[in-house]
Amino acid sequence: MKDRNHLFDVGISHTVNIIDKGTVDIPMLQILQPDGSAHSDADMPDISQDTAHKIFQTMHYIRVLDERMVGAQRQGRISFYLACSGEEASTVGSAAALSDNDMIMSQYREQGALAYRGYRTEQFMNQMFSNKLDPNKGRQMPIHYGDKALNFMTISSPLATQIPQAAGYAYGQKMAGNQAITICYFGEGAASEGDFHAGLNMAAVLSCPVIFFCRNNGYAISTPSSEQFCGDGIASRGLGYGIKTIRVDGNDVLAVYLATKKAREIALAENCPVLIEAMTYRLAAHSTSDDPSGYRSKEEEQKWREKDPVQRFENWMKSKGWINEEQHKQFIEQTRQEVLAQMKKAEQVDICAIDDLVNDVYDTPPWHLQEQLSQLKKHISLYPEAYPKTAGRIRHD
Amino acid sequence: MIKMNMLQAINSALITAMDDDEKVMVFGEDVGHFGGVFRATSNLQQKFGKARCFNTPLTEQGIIGFANGLASQGSVPVAEIQFGDYIFPAFDQIINETAKFRYRSGGQFTCGTLTIRTPYGGGIAGGLYHSQSPEAFFAHIPGMKVVIPRNPYQAKGLLLASIRDDNPVLFMEPKRLYRASVGEVPEEDYELPLGKADVVKEGEHITLLAWGAQVEVIEKAAEMAEKDGISCEIIDLRSILPWDAQTVSESVKKTGRLLINHEAPQTGGFASEISATVQERCFLYLESPITRVCGLDTPYPLAHEKEYMPDHLKTYEAIKRCVNF
Ligand SMILES: Cc1ncc(C[n+]2csc(CCOP(=O)(O)OP(=O)(O)O)c2C)c(N)n1
Repeated sequence: MKDRNHLFDVGISHTVNIIDKGTVDIPMLQILQPDGSAHSDADMPDISQDTAHKIFQTMHYIRVLDERMVGAQRQGRISFYLACSGEEASTVGSAAALSDNDMIMSQYREQGALAYRGYRTEQFMNQMFSNKLDPNKGRQMPIHYGDKALNFMTISSPLATQIPQAAGYAYGQKMAGNQAITICYFGEGAASEGDFHAGLNMAAVLSCPVIFFCRNNGYAISTPSSEQFCGDGIASRGLGYGIKTIRVDGNDVLAVYLATKKAREIALAENCPVLIEAMTYRLAAHSTSDDPSGYRSKEEEQKWREKDPVQRFENWMKSKGWINEEQHKQFIEQTRQEVLAQMKKAEQVDICAIDDLVNDVYDTPPWHLQEQLSQLKKHISLYPEAYPKTAGRIRHD
Repeated sequence: MIKMNMLQAINSALITAMDDDEKVMVFGEDVGHFGGVFRATSNLQQKFGKARCFNTPLTEQGIIGFANGLASQGSVPVAEIQFGDYIFPAFDQIINETAKFRYRSGGQFTCGTLTIRTPYGGGIAGGLYHSQSPEAFFAHIPGMKVVIPRNPYQAKGLLLASIRDDNPVLFMEPKRLYRASVGEVPEEDYELPLGKADVVKEGEHITLLAWGAQVEVIEKAAEMAEKDGISCEIIDLRSILPWDAQTVSESVKKTGRLLINHEAPQTGGFASEISATVQERCFLYLESPITRVCGLDTPYPLAHEKEYMPDHLKTYEAIKRCVNF
């Protein structure tokens, strides 16, 4: 540890020294070349065939899931969806480097991390169809997942609010003596919010074992990163807050895995935050309500398609002889069918009972909520045809 | 006059204001080249250049803090907060700064030229973070105006008046009407007065009061009640702060009854303030208690949106209760 007064202990210069962004140059860790072959001098992560296979399958799984759910939104079966195409390596690679006890606090494009933890198709569907099996009880829009058993904190829509929370959660883990860290995902857009700056500073000063994982995917809805920040990306901000920082190729799953493994070791051993900036690209539209042709070119997208993280890893896996083509085809087909079947099933399930409108606002509904609920039930009984999803199931207590 | 939807009317107001005064600047998340996620600022950057219409980084506190500085310098910022639900990161800048600039400096400095535009409200399957109606929070701070239009014609006239008003204005746009509400809008410049309610329809037995998208709801309920022989006076409040207590009181003195409808939760909602004032001013004229039809005191739900909404049926039932008291 440096002395608290370290800032006053600086070298002295007698000429004006201007430090600009060219002075600091943070390199990007890359292990796999775009064609999937490894750089000969690269630090190879120590990764078992089983882990590699699980990563590989999860990446394919969420690609199928995304494809199907975007389709389902177009058919009007769900109201909204957010795909993670192009960013599979960032979220799956990082999640694979964690322990199941580590807490995940995510933004909304991290279905890869959740799927890696073991979230089942059925669970994804119940949340998206806001039915009564949704752990959020049908209160949040599609893709706002959360699962206590899997240590995956329920997502909130206001951006960046999870960043200072992650610092606090990690501080609590440290105080409790848990051998666990927190990982906090966010986009480069969210890194402009005040909460980002507050969170990083708190984590650094209070020595919190947390990994801040920025998916720098080039866009925040229509705003390109060139209109989001100046300077050397998000990585240079970590340094500004005194946080150890790694920049990694977010389309290279082995590099992301290795970077996150290292970051976790450091966070745990030294009780400190680590910032990872994953350089990647949002191949998909921002969401199903967005049309990217209004703000970027097909050529630009094509350029990034050629750096497809899934294909890159597939090539590497093939070179190792770790893929069985026949089994892989079967897996994809099975996944497609499973998604369809679970979608149909989730669609059929009722929404929660009307009482869940007032439950969980507090630990128990106070008098005014009970009163409002009973008035509402009476009203619904007067006009059952106007409230078809709940009318048939009302009990008057 | 030509037909426009509410987004086109807002766009037309912005073009009119920018044409009229080169100090007007429009900015916020995605408002530049793309024209905003709802397309309210379409073509402004192409027409007026990147210096006057631009994307900001994703920081609401930054947007409003920046706008406060700009306004205090004398420029005319029109800042967009992408969703009303995301105005809270900027809450401190609005409450402690925007609203108090003039007062704290003895009138030397002000943010009077600032207008903050934001879409708000539910009915669009947006769940708890894309449906809130936060007007009551802002009604509690002295120093700014809060304005809400109900249709495209009102939107253009009120937005132009807001931009030119010498006080900071929070202009809240009912997003469920953005494309749903279409009407005739003059292409030329016009303003509608701030702080003045609009009597949409005269009636005898009860006054129905709402703002924004809920005006349609009380109109629908009034139609049902008219069939039962109940004649309803309909008022669109249009400005939440300052609000037109005079027009509302006069109407209540005439009809003897008042029903207020808003989407936000009932407790501490703006209907409470109206009820208290009307009770003070019209006590002897009231023939039944003032009635509120509001959202429940819960966060805004998704699956139970229909049940949560203060819809026309709940309003209709409340009208009958009020008249038969
Ligand atoms: C506080 C807040 N402001 C605005 C929004 C609206 N919004 C949702 S996503 C988004 C862009 C986020 O971009 P980024 O953080 O880079 O993540 P990406 O979508 O690229 O994964 C915006 C502006 C929001 N959800 N919360």
